[in-house]
Amino acid sequence: MEWLVSACFGVMIACGVYLVLRARTFPVILGLTLISYAINLFLFLTGRLHTNLPDIISENQTRYADPLPQALVLTAIVIGFAMIAFVVVLSLRALGELETDHVDGKQEKPPHD
Amino acid sequence: MINHLIVGPLLLPLLMGTLIVLNANHPVARHRILGLSSCLAILVMTGILLFQSAGGPIQTYAIGDWPTPFGIVMVLDRLSAMMLFITALLAFLCLAYAARGTDRQGKNFHALFQFQLMGINGAFLTGDLFNLFVFFEIMLLSSYGLVLHGGGGRRTRAGMHYVILNLVGSSIFLLGVGILYGLLGTLNMADLAVRMSQAPAENAALLQAAGLILFAVFALKAALLPLCFWLPDAYGFTSAPVAALFAVMTKVGVYVILRVYCLIFSDFAGVGAGLLNTWLLPAALITLAAGAAGVAGSRDLGRITAWLVIVSVGTLLAVIGTFQREAIAAAIVYLPHTTLMTAGMFLVADLIQRQRPDAGSGLVPDRPVGQPTLLGLLFLTAAVAIAGLPPLSGFFAKVMMLMMVKDSAGAPWIWGMVLGGGLITLTALGRAGSVIFWKLLPGNGPKTTPEKVRDPVPVYGLADLFPAAALLAISPLLVLFGSMITEFAFAAADHVINPVHYIEAVLGPDRSLPLLLSSGGE
Repeated sequence: MEWLVSACFGVMIACGVYLVLRARTFPVILGLTLISYAINLFLFLTGRLHTNLPDIISENQTRYADPLPQALVLTAIVIGFAMIAFVVVLSLRALGELETDHVDGKQEKPPHD
Repeated sequence: MINHLIVGPLLLPLLMGTLIVLNANHPVARHRILGLSSCLAILVMTGILLFQSAGGPIQTYAIGDWPTPFGIVMVLDRLSAMMLFITALLAFLCLAYAARGTDRQGKNFHALFQFQLMGINGAFLTGDLFNLFVFFEIMLLSSYGLVLHGGGGRRTRAGMHYVILNLVGSSIFLLGVGILYGLLGTLNMADLAVRMSQAPAENAALLQAAGLILFAVFALKAALLPLCFWLPDAYGFTSAPVAALFAVMTKVGVYVILRVYCLIFSDFAGVGAGLLNTWLLPAALITLAAGAAGVAGSRDLGRITAWLVIVSVGTLLAVIGTFQREAIAAAIVYLPHTTLMTAGMFLVADLIQRQRPDAGSGLVPDRPVGQPTLLGLLFLTAAVAIAGLPPLSGFFAKVMMLMMVKDSAGAPWIWGMVLGGGLITLTALGRAGSVIFWKLLPGNGPKTTPEKVRDPVPVYGLADLFPAAALLAISPLLVLFGSMITEFAFAAADHVINPVHYIEAVLGPDRSLPLLLSSGGE
């Protein structure tokens, strides 16, 4: 289980980094989204992997699921969502103003002609 | 007794920003009144807080009165009080400048400005690593809007890089925070410091990795060398009052580096002790060199000023990088000077640019500016202050920094780089000034440009010149009140360098005891 989750995290980060390093805005945004998903997963994991632990205090329980990472991840998701929405709008505006989707705003020369 | 004034610098801009958003369809004059009155009120509040903290202990404010370390806590020590005051002062003057026309170039300038202030103030006040992230995001999201304010291809392009870099930075920040929480089980900075000092050795590698991951993020905010190349474009191309306000944003990075690495990774921190001692000084010195090269190589006054921000960050962090009490005190003296003077230079550069319709702020000959004596004097004052010549504050602050680091191992490097950087700054600003004010084209402008209908060159009145002049006038004040400021800086450095004060204020004397014992035992 732990192996699987950490592999998931690693693959998502790797794909995200690869996409962010592309020079076009669309893959960059996808990459940022992937990285932020992976980080959210990571934050969730900082409460450790458990099954069948209660999140409400009861008398016959000694171990509980850690509620704080859940709160953190909720905040991180909200903020990350807003940021992605912003960068989508920004790249649409850049496409309109600079007439290219290259992140440096430079039109690359077409291969022929 | 709880001092409710501490949350004032957070709540007031939030309230005012919301109010301005609700009035979005009203004329901009109403936004200006709301924004300026909010800034003025924050200035008064932070002034009172500064006065209180100068003579008093570290104050804390537990939101909702939840016991620390479980609730959200705001901490006000001397350093954060000073940063709040500088921010408020700068914000008021920048907004006064923006109210002369910049705010009409796009929508929602005043609301974004207030939220920006809230984010910056929050980053200075928070005593919690996750809330630091939240305030960073508030600060960044408003700064994205402000950088792009007014539009234009250059701003969009620079803004794109700025936004993407900071989004990656935020993710990495969460990674560092997550590792620290996973291993230490807390996010309260004082509690983190205590638990770090007791952390078992088997977690050392992970904890140090978390510390350095966080450093990468703070270095991005502060614009340390490999992570500084977004800054010249973003600051150089955005509108002047925004760039001037952003002069304090890099200082947020400096402040957080100082706070986190003197508290959580202090010398008493067990496995995390002295984490940054080997990294910060070289990184800062290389940044200083890169900044000086950028200053020397720029052909535009706005970009020169943007590179000067990097020089100033490099200087500050090089001195802080020695992690000695005296050096940190000197850096605290230098910090207000460098922030306010680079901000002033941004405003002066904009004043010059608007009176040179052909060349703008570019360093090419053009017709003379409309008010050469006035602008020349402003430029001269800013240049003298920034380059560190007597009799203005730059000279005294730099001398103090150099004297205070002279016993540290890196002293020859710091001396060489700071003085060399000063010389290059002086040369570059001297060259810029002589091109702008003396290398003039005769009469009616260059023959190569076709005679087009030009906007009339604006003539500045008192209200236009006031913000820039007021910022520059702070420099002689910093000299006049030098002994008071130095005394304050030493007291502030005492609180910064010794984490026990901070922990005692936040968690109470019982919890700071283990740290005291471990520091005494070593």
